[in-house]
Amino acid sequence: MMAHLPVLPIVIPLFAGALCVLTERRFPALPRALSLLSTLLQVTVALLLLNRASTGDIDVYLLSNWRAPFGISLAVDRLATLMLTLTTLLGFLAALWSLGGDDRRGSHFHAFLQFQLMGISGAFLTADLFNLFVFFEVLLASSYALLLHGAGTAQLRASIHYIVFNLLGGALFLIAASLLYGLTGTLSLADLSGKLAALGPDDAGLAQAASWLLVLVFAVKAALLPLYYWLPATYGSATAPVAALFAILTKVGVYAILRVSTLLFGAGPLAGLLNDVLPALALATLALSAVGALAATRLASLVGYLVIGSAGTLLFTFGLGDERAIAAGLTYLVNSTLVAGGLFFVLDQVRARKVHGDTLDPDRAGPPVSRAAGATAYFILALGASGLPPLAGFFGKALILKATIGSSWAIAAWTIILVSGLMVLVALARAGIYLFWKPEAAVPSGTPSSATASRAALALLLSAVLGATVLAGPIAAWAAATAAQLLARERYIDAVFAKVPAPPAWPNRAELEERVRQGGAK
Amino acid sequence: MMLFALVFGPLVAAVLVLLAAPGRRSAAWAAGLVALGSFGWLLTEFDTVATGTILRHSVSWLPQLGLTLGFRLDGLAWLFAALITGIGALIILYAAWYMSDGDPIPRFYAYLLTFMGAMLGVVVSDNLILMAVFWELTSVASFLLIGYWTHRDDARGGARMALTITGLGGLALLGGVILLSHIVGSTSLDVVLASGAQIAAHPLYLPALILILLGAFTKSAQFPFHFWLPNAMAAPTPVSAFLHSATMVKLGVFLLARLYPALGSTEAWFWIVTSVGLATLLVGAVVAIFKHDLKGLLAYSTISHLGLITMLFGLDRPMAVVAGIFHIVNHAVFKAGLFMAAGIIDHETGTRDMRKLHGLMRSMPITGTLAIIATGGMAGVPLFNGFLSKEMFFTELVSGDALSSHLNDFGAVLLPFAVMIATICSVAYSVRFIHDVFFNARPDELESRPHDPPVFMWLPVGLLALLCLAVGIAPKWVALPLLEVASSAALHGGPGPLPAFELAIWHGFNWPLAMSGIALLGGTALYFGLQARLGLHKTSGLPCGGRDLFVLTLRKLTSIAQTATSGLENGHLQRYLLLLFALIVVAVVLPLATSSWALSGPRQTLATPSFIVVWVLAIAATAATVIAYRRRLLALVLMGIVGLAVSLCFVVLSAPDLALTQLLVEMVTIMLMMMALRRLPEESPERREHLRAYRDGAIALAAGICMAVLAWAVLTRPPPATSVAPYYLETTVAQGGGANAVNVIIVDYRGFDTMGEITVLGIAGLLISSLLFRFRPTGPKAPQPGPPSLMLVLLSRLLLPLAIVVALFLYFRGHNQPGGGFAAGLVMAIALIVLDAGNGQAWVSRRLRADFRPWIGAGLMTAGLTGVGSWLFGSPFLTSTYDYPWLPGVGGVPLASAGLFDLGVFLTVVGATVLALFAINGLSEPDSAPEPPRS
Repeated sequence: MMAHLPVLPIVIPLFAGALCVLTERRFPALPRALSLLSTLLQVTVALLLLNRASTGDIDVYLLSNWRAPFGISLAVDRLATLMLTLTTLLGFLAALWSLGGDDRRGSHFHAFLQFQLMGISGAFLTADLFNLFVFFEVLLASSYALLLHGAGTAQLRASIHYIVFNLLGGALFLIAASLLYGLTGTLSLADLSGKLAALGPDDAGLAQAASWLLVLVFAVKAALLPLYYWLPATYGSATAPVAALFAILTKVGVYAILRVSTLLFGAGPLAGLLNDVLPALALATLALSAVGALAATRLASLVGYLVIGSAGTLLFTFGLGDERAIAAGLTYLVNSTLVAGGLFFVLDQVRARKVHGDTLDPDRAGPPVSRAAGATAYFILALGASGLPPLAGFFGKALILKATIGSSWAIAAWTIILVSGLMVLVALARAGIYLFWKPEAAVPSGTPSSATASRAALALLLSAVLGATVLAGPIAAWAAATAAQLLARERYIDAVFAKVPAPPAWPNRAELEERVRQGGAK
Repeated sequence: MMLFALVFGPLVAAVLVLLAAPGRRSAAWAAGLVALGSFGWLLTEFDTVATGTILRHSVSWLPQLGLTLGFRLDGLAWLFAALITGIGALIILYAAWYMSDGDPIPRFYAYLLTFMGAMLGVVVSDNLILMAVFWELTSVASFLLIGYWTHRDDARGGARMALTITGLGGLALLGGVILLSHIVGSTSLDVVLASGAQIAAHPLYLPALILILLGAFTKSAQFPFHFWLPNAMAAPTPVSAFLHSATMVKLGVFLLARLYPALGSTEAWFWIVTSVGLATLLVGAVVAIFKHDLKGLLAYSTISHLGLITMLFGLDRPMAVVAGIFHIVNHAVFKAGLFMAAGIIDHETGTRDMRKLHGLMRSMPITGTLAIIATGGMAGVPLFNGFLSKEMFFTELVSGDALSSHLNDFGAVLLPFAVMIATICSVAYSVRFIHDVFFNARPDELESRPHDPPVFMWLPVGLLALLCLAVGIAPKWVALPLLEVASSAALHGGPGPLPAFELAIWHGFNWPLAMSGIALLGGTALYFGLQARLGLHKTSGLPCGGRDLFVLTLRKLTSIAQTATSGLENGHLQRYLLLLFALIVVAVVLPLATSSWALSGPRQTLATPSFIVVWVLAIAATAATVIAYRRRLLALVLMGIVGLAVSLCFVVLSAPDLALTQLLVEMVTIMLMMMALRRLPEESPERREHLRAYRDGAIALAAGICMAVLAWAVLTRPPPATSVAPYYLETTVAQGGGANAVNVIIVDYRGFDTMGEITVLGIAGLLISSLLFRFRPTGPKAPQPGPPSLMLVLLSRLLLPLAIVVALFLYFRGHNQPGGGFAAGLVMAIALIVLDAGNGQAWVSRRLRADFRPWIGAGLMTAGLTGVGSWLFGSPFLTSTYDYPWLPGVGGVPLASAGLFDLGVFLTVVGATVLALFAINGLSEPDSAPEPPRS
């Protein structure tokens, strides 16, 4: 089983989701148990993989036993396992939170959740461009479903934007992948890396155009300026566990940009493709997200802009492309993802309190709002989001500032990062003061029996945020090693090509060749 | 180790107090013991520190950032730590009597302890980054303390303002210390303090200095950031007494003292620090006279004194630094006492308004006496502590060489003159404080009859007042050792030589003494003059500056942000799509325009006449869709033509598999959309803005042309020599076990992709069914279908068995011939759709009694299990295996495990497609739609 560990983050949710669909009619309680069990297993697998990756080796898994570049391979490097761990952790917390009642607001919640996790994990693990497209489709399709989960008419409208935008993105992805295949004749990322670098001058422009289209697709996902407009409304209208999981969804786009920029845009005509454009756009995204956060009239859109801002920050560091900047960005990523997820939980608590009067359906009441609990959670998460100490957000920000000294972006980056940090602080303080301090007639709220699950999810998430602070040293060290591994792209390429298929259980391939020669098979 | 306990003790205690939520008294006891214990430990360590030893302890935390959890206790740190814990203990004693039962007491002490821990963290940090960490923590903790009475508007506003301003400073400080540590290559305070010359010579010195000073000035409420401090007076009085005397606001000047060896001794330092300090000194002193609120007066007085201290550090003279340190201590002592006295008055009389308070001396003699002593320190009256440090300040100002290195003669005269004015004002407001509150007759308008508070409430004030006197009368014994060790640490970062000075009350007749005398007389005269001429009580106070500007700026910024955001994000999909398409054009045009490339490669196109006809048809149909888009049915038909053309294209390119699948997909899509159309009006609404339509059209066309150019350019190039494609053709039979390379790619080489795609299909089916079940369109009711045509009924029923046979056929031959599970599933689904269309869903579901959701689950399970099955043979996921058993009479039967996988594909396709169909069709027949289970 250990040999098949790399594919488990995809297979486990696939089975869990399929089983949910298969059995939920007859055993309505089963999906909850399945979902929780599956996400727990996924966390375990992710941690095992993380442990394996910490040696610096890149684990490669050949699907269908075809060697690269002919089949599809999964490559488990540090970056992939880091993202995987965050994903599965948020997935588990989302599943746990949903037991508080959110999963009953529509049908098939747990199946969709599992498929979503399958898509995200697959996207992080795959070492194949087309397979990446497929997993993008899986995660997008399930995100449409989750977004519409328990949606009212207003949310439907926001979701339509998201869906149309991403369908278009999907089409664009396919076009870009086809163009790259047409130019290089391969889809394996490891193979593409070398072949793109070896393209002649006549093909350079075409390859660049195709690559830009690819980056455009990822930028839609990562909410980069000017393609982020869909995000605040979309995320704000999703139910809490869904939105919390969506916190990792923008990171998929960010991840993809980091992956292709380090692996594909390293040498030859594509070298430094993103160099000038990406940092500029990312900083502009960060600046405008702070403006948006300041302007936000709902906590939902404030949190949405925070998600955009963190994507902007990350893309800036990845756009700089040097090792220290990438390492700083990855350190920042851990905290910002967890914090965004947690803020969506708190948002849900707040919303439950605010809309309680309007809603008669007891299922919709959500977990009860203990004023103090919500306030404490919000306070802690707001510290993390605005990059105030002692939480890890501060370290991430400090590392990024430190990493930009000496680059040509230093002045712009410092100004924008510090000023936007202040704006976010002002926005968060205002929202917190309004939501938790301003006296308000107490709203009695009913107590759904299983809301304990939601509270437990939030508590676990908060401890993860605090844990990330205590473990800031190891996390930063891991991030630094990850950045080094990413920039040494030959190691990835060599690992993928060095993997040989397993010997067949019986020599049927030889037998078959024999029969083909005799004409028997036809 | 004890250093750790010093910093983390209060923090841990804070969490415990918050969690345990003890009663009022026990919370105070807990907090008080922590403060007293820390203070006691510090006292025992004084001898060690006084010898010049620096206590240290450190643990690595985040080496990438140079962040260690490192603490060092030298003289300066000791002094501040003792102030924080000593005055903190008194404040807690005071608060135990001050706070009322209605307030959430545990929270108060938890915040106070957090704040104390953070303060101690700053002053004993051995590491610049760690210092910034605790620095920000003090901002956060003070935010909570200032906003403690959350129900009050002014508390919330004041807290927010303090957080914003000090947060701004904190961010600047963070930037500053990162630059500073970059300059010296270390975050260790020892290294930084020893590298003054290297820092001053570095090109990044000025940015670093400005950022760090921004941090210090915002924290110490220096002009023009001073306005947060008076607004922070909404906090409970013990908080004000703590934050605004000994702690929070002293951090800024602490930072100046701490980093003086590293940053001081430059022109920039002198000019910035001195001028800001002077401006603050003047503004604070002048405004304070006109304040009617006791705490307001004290707040502006604090600002003014902080300005004085800042200015002392700015003068950049060793002796001035000593004076600065001395005044920090003196100010902390008398100001803490005064705030507490103000709190007592507020507590007893119910007001802090000096227009209402009069003649309290008779009813509150103890408080009055203590307040007078503390005020004596504040005004700089001889025999009180403030007098001594003020004398030192004057000495520095008038000793000629102090300023001549930076200023010309005129400046050297102007500076003492300006300081004189400020000092006179400060005497004036001190006199006002005492005269207005304790004398000035008629104690009438008050509601309650005031009296002195219980002993434990005035005892802290008494102790501080005693200290005021002790320092003022016997400075050599009380203050000198401490001052020496703290000053040398401030000057040298450790033990080092001090300028010769004598701490005495009497230095003979000289300029400083004269200045003190003028100030005392002038200030008293000024107060009584103002009172007589203007009637201070009738003035509305000076515009306190900044506050309104701050609120206005924030409001303006927010509204600008809102305008900008709503301008960019207008909620219209058209706008966002336009941007995306525009970016597509840019992404293609820019790289192509900046590189040399040929549009056409040498590869021959397959442009046979029939092929061209097909494509012209497709393009025409596409164009027609744009024109006829409003007539939905027509548009649908036209899209069908496009799809057909694509299928034909696949045929020409000798991809019969794709052609078959594409054709079937087209059919299913069109059928489903036809069903959906029944719920929609025949025509979509007209678009009115023609100009915008042309603009959008132009961009869409440009994007389309870009795609066409790219496709053309790539397809006319010869296939790459290293393409993986030939490999599949070579190995499909021999190693894939099937002659149909496309199918083998789908189920074997890239079976993993297929697994993902059927998952997508399954999700889509489930999504459509669960969505449409909840959202029943409110649009026009679907026209009731007339009686089904008999032909259709018959045909559709006949078709089903036929379709099953065809599906089976396609499925089985898939591995070698065009076909496969996907196509088979589509055929099956089409038959069911037709059956449904001909006979109505009620008829179908009566007979089929099928819920197709489990089909999806079963399909995915089958595909997944096939994949996992290969693990049993020690092969990776989805490894295909095959055999050709010879069956008697039949011959070789191709059996590949991939066939099982294909079965999963088949099941999922049928399930998802039919589920979607029933969901869409069920809209018109609500009762027959199967109810989705609530998971």
